[in-house]
Amino acid sequence: MKVGYYPGCSLTGTGKEYDLSLRKVASLLGMELEELNDWSCCGATSAHATNHLLSVALPARNLIIAKHQLLNEVAAPCAACYNRLVSASTEIKTDSAAEREIMELLGDTPANDINIINIVELFEKIGKENIASKVKVDLKGIKAACYYGCLLVRPPKLTNFDDAENPVSMEELIKAVGAEPVEWNYKVECCGGSHSIAHKEIVVDLSKKIIDDAKLHGADVIIVACPMCHSNLDMRQRAIKKEFPGRDDMPVLYLTEFIGLAMGLKPKELGLNLHMIETKSLLDKAEIKG
Amino acid sequence: MHEKTFRKACADSGLNPFLCEIANLREHCSWVHEDIVEGTKKAIDLVRIAVERVKRNVPLSPIQVPVTKKALVIGGGISGIQASLDIANAGFDVVLVEKQPSIGGHMSQLSETFPTLDCSQCILTPRMVEVYQHPRIKLLTYSEVENVEGFIGNFKVTIRKKARSIDESKCTGCGLCVQKCPIKKKAYNEFEEGLAFRPAVYVPFPQAVPNIPVIDRTVCTYYQTGKCQMCVKVCGREAIKFDQEDTLITEDIGAIVVATGYKLYTIDKKPDAQEIKGYGEYGYGKYKDVVDGLQFERIASASGPTSGEILRPSDNSVPKKIVFIQCVGSRDESKGFSYCSKICCMYTAKHAMLYKHKVHDGEAYVFYMDIRAGGKGYDEFVRRAIEEDNVKYIRGRVSRIYEENGKYIVKGEDTIAGMPVVIDADMVVLATAITAQPDAVKLAQTVGMSYDKYGFYNEVHPKLRPVEVSTAGVFLAGACQAPKDIPESVAMASAAASKSLVLFGSDLLEREPTVAKVNESICAGCFYCQKVCAYNAIERKEIKDRQGNVVKVIASVNSGLCQGCGTCNAVCPSKSVELVGFNDEQIYAQINALG
Repeated sequence: MKVGYYPGCSLTGTGKEYDLSLRKVASLLGMELEELNDWSCCGATSAHATNHLLSVALPARNLIIAKHQLLNEVAAPCAACYNRLVSASTEIKTDSAAEREIMELLGDTPANDINIINIVELFEKIGKENIASKVKVDLKGIKAACYYGCLLVRPPKLTNFDDAENPVSMEELIKAVGAEPVEWNYKVECCGGSHSIAHKEIVVDLSKKIIDDAKLHGADVIIVACPMCHSNLDMRQRAIKKEFPGRDDMPVLYLTEFIGLAMGLKPKELGLNLHMIETKSLLDKAEIKG
Repeated sequence: MHEKTFRKACADSGLNPFLCEIANLREHCSWVHEDIVEGTKKAIDLVRIAVERVKRNVPLSPIQVPVTKKALVIGGGISGIQASLDIANAGFDVVLVEKQPSIGGHMSQLSETFPTLDCSQCILTPRMVEVYQHPRIKLLTYSEVENVEGFIGNFKVTIRKKARSIDESKCTGCGLCVQKCPIKKKAYNEFEEGLAFRPAVYVPFPQAVPNIPVIDRTVCTYYQTGKCQMCVKVCGREAIKFDQEDTLITEDIGAIVVATGYKLYTIDKKPDAQEIKGYGEYGYGKYKDVVDGLQFERIASASGPTSGEILRPSDNSVPKKIVFIQCVGSRDESKGFSYCSKICCMYTAKHAMLYKHKVHDGEAYVFYMDIRAGGKGYDEFVRRAIEEDNVKYIRGRVSRIYEENGKYIVKGEDTIAGMPVVIDADMVVLATAITAQPDAVKLAQTVGMSYDKYGFYNEVHPKLRPVEVSTAGVFLAGACQAPKDIPESVAMASAAASKSLVLFGSDLLEREPTVAKVNESICAGCFYCQKVCAYNAIERKEIKDRQGNVVKVIASVNSGLCQGCGTCNAVCPSKSVELVGFNDEQIYAQINALG
């Protein structure tokens, strides 16, 4: 199996371990990731907050590259990239004026049948049975809170998740690798997103609520599928701790890292050492040596 | 509309009314064109066309068909009950068909009714009994309309009477079988909206009409394992009939009143319908104390599972704080339906009021978008809830409900204060949308009605013909046409009844003679016309020689069904179908008049 791979900027920076773990896990599962040549930023929040055309053109440029590489399916592990690629592709497909504008600007348009998939869909494509058959480490008893955040599931018209307000597809994957997903209340609440930079206090407030609820429901780990969510929940835990002292750390893992651990990959191979918050409590419980 | 007037004028002067022709200069010319010179030219053309046409008109006389003076009422809720009683009291026979084991519909489930707070059962039950006792009403419960053939005044209806597994002629309604059924509390109780259970042999509710039980074969031990037969042992009348089968009944019917009502939208997960995205964030189906409007009716009802005490389904405790959320599914294009369900503003105010009357120290919050309380005494009712009963109304939507330490955390927005609101409620009531019955489309196809994209039946004219459908002789009553409250449903039912009575007022029915006619000598019997006819008006007719041998089979038009649309005329390869009053010669002459 082969899919196009659009890492996006975060996965080369703050979310490096997401890229690292995805590549390792994919190759073990027999999924070839063909990176888009000379891909560029999707525009993220900045583009669609400033210039609508730019917010469509930037993802379109990358989708045109996919077309030239004869890739009809592109995996975008970053939830924000996924969201932007799907939004742009849909707009160009359904709005002929937008299509014309992109044609004028870029001299080409993305393929109409391009399929953009997020990380959960990528694993679903690989297949739960396939993943389960590669499990080497027993994660029984590990309680995981699957956190979807905002951009992965919304807007429901574009993302077509099982249920945008109460999705369960990530939980299914967690079950497939032998761990136990917890029922909790904050799986699609916002972590504060890019306010992390300009309004840290918003992120501290929102992320604290998410972590607290996961703890309350007995989670040993929060599983994320977005580099922004990871940086807020992981990196900002120190700031939360500063304001609310005496808290225990909550490990925050990418879905790829968690599946990688189950498949017997070493924590360091998966980039767990790059986290701000120690993952030792989780590794100890799962009896995984560092 | 005006054609009638002018035809009548013709008839008054001794001319055949069908020789009258109208050049519609008003709608087709003067109202739509601004250029007076060009408009006048067109007017001259239109007159010329009409003249050519009228020259070739022939005198016609209306087709007369007999009328069967018996009505079929489909649905035994308050609308169907009202329509049946009105028609029967006027002296005509009625066949009332109800899908459920008892008549009464949703109204029988309600606790009190707005805006007077009178007890729903108390005002409904006498009507139900009246239906049962009426000599002119034939009541068929646990039955469904399977097929409708024919046309206005002359329908032939097939009704499937489902097997109750009880001999209705023997059963006295003593209820021993119900009491002794070992499956006491296992089956889903439809009447209590899942808040209680019922045995396998059951009467839906104590006031059911008829008071004859039905055996639910999907849960009955006998049908699963062949054992038990407890009901047979206790029945002193030998009324239990395990081998009873569905029976088909045919009835000759003159008019049909469709009163099939609504279904409350269930919101637990993303429903099958593509346009609905669901409300996973409200946790309905996950949290026991998040209930819908009809469930709260049962909780508040004196005959309900809590005997009218307001108790949480999860632990039977008295909720001290209830949040009511309006417009769940209604007026929500992104997740639900774009229409307003019309009754929720009123019943939510009623719910909050009933709660406050029973739990004096309780707090009631209502999240609303707008308060739509148009109706006699309606706005006063809502004001009473706010001002006298101190129900707190918050304008805004709720984004999420989750459980925390036995409380339901309701997160919403107060759009007037511009602030987020968090309420730790003990119970949440969702005013979910009214939707069409799940099998509404199937019935529409059986009876021949058009419906909108939500499955509500379409009236012919939204203002001037609100109870008729496009198939003549079929009338609508109640919420099957659009969301409606009880007074409106009852008024509409009486309107549908009076429309039926208009029909029954004459022995013969006059129909427009402008229908299709087959030239039997040249029809080749290809039956293209039959394929394209939208009204099933084309029949097969055998032409026989003197010895009675079939020479050929040709098309024949049932003039009772034909609506004169001319589609058969257009597709006929041998040009052997002609639309009377619109024949080809006339149309060519009209075209030539333009040259």
